[in-house]
Order: sequence, then structure tokens, then C-alpha cells
Amino acid sequence: MPERFTQLTSRTFVLPQESIDTDQIIPARFLTTTTRAGLGARAFYDWRYDASGAPIADQPLNTLDTAEHRILVAGDNFACGSSREHAPWALTDYGFRAVISTSIADIFSSNALKNGLLPITVDPETHARLLADPGGRVGIDLERQELTIGNAPPISFAVEPFARRCLIEGVDPLGWLTDRMPQIEAFERGHAL
Amino acid sequence: MPPSSSPRTLFDKVWDAHMVVPETADAPGVLYVDLHLVHEVTSPQAFSEIESRGLKVRRPDRTFATLDHSTPTDSARSYVTAEAKAQVATLERNCARHGITLAGWDSGDRGVVHVMAPELGLTQPGTVVVCGDSHTATHGAFGALAFGIGTSEVGHVLATQCLLQRKPKRMRVTVDGRLQRGVSAKDLTLAAIAAIGFGGGSGYVIEYAGEAIRALDMEGRMTLCNMSIEAGARAGMIAPDQKTVAYLRGRRHAPHGQAFERAAERWLSFVTDEDATFDKELRLDASTITPMATFGTTPDAAIAIGANTPAPRSDSERKALAYMHFAANEPTTHEPVHVVFVGSCTNGRLSDLRAAADILRGRKVAESVRMLVVPGSEAVKRDAEAEGLHRVFEAAGAEWRQPGCSMCIAMNGDVVPPGKLAVSTSNRNFEGRQGKGARTILASPATAAASAIAGVLTDPRVFTQELEDA
Ligand code: SF4
Repeated sequence: MPERFTQLTSRTFVLPQESIDTDQIIPARFLTTTTRAGLGARAFYDWRYDASGAPIADQPLNTLDTAEHRILVAGDNFACGSSREHAPWALTDYGFRAVISTSIADIFSSNALKNGLLPITVDPETHARLLADPGGRVGIDLERQELTIGNAPPISFAVEPFARRCLIEGVDPLGWLTDRMPQIEAFERGHAL
Repeated sequence: MPPSSSPRTLFDKVWDAHMVVPETADAPGVLYVDLHLVHEVTSPQAFSEIESRGLKVRRPDRTFATLDHSTPTDSARSYVTAEAKAQVATLERNCARHGITLAGWDSGDRGVVHVMAPELGLTQPGTVVVCGDSHTATHGAFGALAFGIGTSEVGHVLATQCLLQRKPKRMRVTVDGRLQRGVSAKDLTLAAIAAIGFGGGSGYVIEYAGEAIRALDMEGRMTLCNMSIEAGARAGMIAPDQKTVAYLRGRRHAPHGQAFERAAERWLSFVTDEDATFDKELRLDASTITPMATFGTTPDAAIAIGANTPAPRSDSERKALAYMHFAANEPTTHEPVHVVFVGSCTNGRLSDLRAAADILRGRKVAESVRMLVVPGSEAVKRDAEAEGLHRVFEAAGAEWRQPGCSMCIAMNGDVVPPGKLAVSTSNRNFEGRQGKGARTILASPATAAASAIAGVLTDPRVFTQELEDA
């Protein structure tokens, strides 16, 4: 069942690097888990811990007040790479509820939306403003599809309408699919599969 | 399937044939899945999810599982952690409980998911194939629409045999001309991704077409389609032809007898109509491509071996070059190579092992290099051993290991040590992909073998006639 999402106002946390791939978000060696829980401790693990496994002191991800910083602003081409849903699981468990970039990988976006993590794509100008103000306050209104940076006028953003409905109304995609079972059965009968 | 009068692409035809409920402004379409491939890493939470809802696996007969990602590749089968072992046991239990065929530890069918399914004839033209793995695009080499899905979607397919999908856009990459001798499908692949750009394929399904594509054998086509995701594309596809039909004939899960001939006729109809249009088109000339290797930490950062690295255009590119210990405007052929990996679903098939063995025959891997050769499946291993390839590798000083993903994803204990440089035939050169701090150069099997001998990144044509002739 997806987490609901309607509105969020929070500070941003900025990772300006481009092409932060899914191996950075959650290294492959942590994919041996059989549950969804607890991956936040391993989010960006190789950035946060040294070779002996000790936390790197000046790494902001180790000291971030995650209750205050729930919006990740990342460089272009965010979350490229693998289909591992462990990436959004790690980010939401860490504390993020939204990710903003100029482009976000397809599979990651689809996975994120199923886990209450809202991916938002913005134009380069808006992106530059966000990158220039780490920790700035940003408001997200999913119902109106608007992003508000500080006191500036809101900017609209696009979301796939069905995913938006799932987040706002709590529509469950798997339940929605199982409700279409008669059509699925009819399709199978008609296609000699 | 509504017969459409307007010209359609290969992708349109496969898509239309699998639409259970068409998409609307409000909701994505319901897309039927013919073949669902499952492995141990991205499936446990999906099985838990459907079980917690009291749902069954709807079509166990269309679901096939294998063990590949976290499995050890030493003969002692020593798992990297107890958790990895438990993950494999979880898949064994889930398959037994739901009646799913599993190519388990003692099955002669076991292999990397995208190597195994084509070998068994499971992958067929005009079908929809999905798997919780982004390199599912490999199966597009057969004219299937094949793409990676997340674990929630694995649950959707297990429970309903369907997915909620919006139709991606269409891109065609036409490769004219012929590859030069000594230049492989992997070199073409790296050149194509460099041309499309990392993320340049985002939102698209790519169809590869043109003379150079037709000239590729099925294994080369799989190498090319495999890496479509590295340009951000959802999937890559190649129209089926007589090579596709010949490959499938006699495979266990392909139709047999008269049914095969009928199927072949249907398969060959999955081609792009003459006047069909694409949302984006790109043209490449195969004849200008020479052996390629990556120099950065994204798969599109590839240049001809021996060429100078380009000057970085951004902080990210500067950082990538520094991570790799390469300088701007210099070749990458001086830095000592420590590890060479031949394997993965990109280049772990028989033709790949032959290409590596051809270079290694009668030669030695440099003292300073550890070379691993990991067959993509049990079948590849059997075939390679029947030809004596394993003896060529062992005589050269390389390790001949058990099938699996191994160093491609480095989650089974096969890792490149921190700071070390690897030449790898796999598909991702991300920071730390092959182990924390590991530096990865992506290249072809022939280049990997040549680099193992020389101890630095090397154009394989120096060991063959081709460079002298060129
Ligand atoms: S070999 Fe690599 S890319 Fe292929 S399925 Fe295994 S981990 Fe994924």
C-alpha cells in the first residue's frame, strides 16, 4: 500500500553531483536483504563510511537532521542505473519524501512513486536556484502540482496522473490491477497464450 | 488487438498486441506479460507482498527463476554472508510454494537470467518479457519488448501477469556500414551509447536497425540490446530475421515441428513498417568504429582505445576522471591494470569466451593481473569446456569459475579491491560498482584479454593480424 502524499514543506538537502547512480544510493552488497526495512542506515553507504566502516565525520549525510530535511535536491540524471527498488526504500527510510532534479531515471521514478517518494523534474533555472540555496525552505503541493521556493511565486510541475491519484487518495495499484481480472482473463482467452 | 491502418514500428506492434486495457489520460494501460523472469535479489519482498494479501502466483507456467546475483562462483559455493545464503533459500522456498520452475544450484539450466532464458528458447519474438533487473533489455535482441521492473511491479506481475504502463516514445538508431575486422558488438555498443548519451534514451524504446545490426549474430545483438539502459532507455529491440529463427529452432521452450514453422512466420511479421515514424532518429557509421573503452564513471564516457580523453565539461566529469586516475587530453593506456573480468549478461556467452580465448591462446596473463573468466550459464560452461576453452584460460593463468553475475555487480564476494583498476566486459563502470573504490574500464572480451596480457588497456588488434592490415 503506498504512503500518502499531499503536501510537504521542508528544508532541502543538496547533492549537486550529476548522474548519482543507484549503486551510490544503495551499494549492491546490501541487496541481500529479504525485507524492505532498515535500508536508510545504508543509504549512500560508501560516501558515509570509511574502509573500516567508521562514519566519516565531515560527511553531512551523517549529521543531517532528517526530520528537518526531507527534500533531496540532486544533480542532473539522478538515480540512473539499476531497477533496484532498494534505492527508494533506502531514501525513504533515511527520511526523504521528495527528490528534485533536472532529470530522474524512469525506473527509479516509477519505483519511488510506489513508495511515497515524490520525484519532481524541474527546469535548469529552477534547479540552479535550488542548488544555490542548500537548506532552503521548499513547499510541495501535490494536489495543485506546485513547488514553492522560499517566498517566490509557485512553479508548477508534472506528475503522472494515476501515480498522483495513488499518492493523494491512497489508491493501491495492485488492487486496481486485480480489479481488472475479468479483462485480463478475457484477454488470455482471446490470445491463445 | 485493434488492427491499425497507419504504419507501425516493431515496438508499436508488440505493444498493441499486449494491451489488455488501453491507457487513458487518467490511468496507464494494462500490459500483458508473456514471460516473467525472477532471481533471488529483487523478488523476496514481492512474494511477501502478494502472500500478505492472500494472492497466488497467477501464471507459474509463465514464470521462470534462477539463482545468479548473490551466488558464489567458487566450486565450494562459499556464500559471502549468511544473509546472501538466506536470500537464495528464500527464492528456493518461494518457487517451491508457488509452483515456479527454478534453475537452482543443481540444475544444468542455471545461469545469469538474461543468458539463461534465450538459451532455453523462453525468449521469443513479439512477446513481452520482464524481470526485476534493468538489463532485461537483452531479450529485445529477439524482437521482444523486454524491460526491467521494480520489486513492487514484480509483485504485480506475479499476482496478475500484467503491468500498469504508459507507452514510451520511439527512437531508432540506424547503424550503416560494416564493422571492421577485429571490432566487436561490444565496441559498437559502447560507441552507440556514447552517441546517444547517458540519459539520452530516457523515456524511449530504441529500435536498432541498419546493415551493421543485420550483420550481427544473435549473441552480438544481445550485447547491444543489453546496454540500452545505459543510455537511459526503457528497452532496445531488433527486428527478428532468419538468424533469429535459426537460433530458436530446436531450443527446449520454442515450439517444435509444424508449430515452429507457423510461429516463425508470425515472428517475422514483427518488423517496422516502411513508412512508420519515430520520435527520435540517430545514425551511426559502423565502419568508423574501432575498439572502445570507457574512461569515466558512466557507460557513455567511452573513447577509442589509445585516443586522448576529452577535456571535462563539468565538475562531475572532472571528478570522474580523477576517480579513475586519468588525466584530461591523454590516452588511458598507461595506467596499470590489476583485475580483468570476462563475464556477465553483456559478454558472458560462448562467442565472448571464444573471443577472449583466441587472444589468450599460447600467451600469459601478466604477473600483476588477476583475471577471472565467469561463464554466463551452465550451458555456456559446458559448451566452452567441450571446446577446451577452459584449458586455454587456465594455461594463460586466468581463473575459470562457476556461472553467475560475479564481478559485474560484486555482491557475491567477487570484488575488485579498493583503488584497483579493472578491465571488465560487464555493463556498468559506476563508482564502486565492482567493489568500494574499484575503478572500472568497460570493454569487449578481446580487449579484456589483450589487456590482461599486456597489463595495461590494450587494443586487441595488436595480437592479431587486424592492426597490421588496417
Ligand atoms: S550480470 Fe550484471 S547486469 Fe547482468 S543480471 Fe547479473 S548483475 Fe545484472
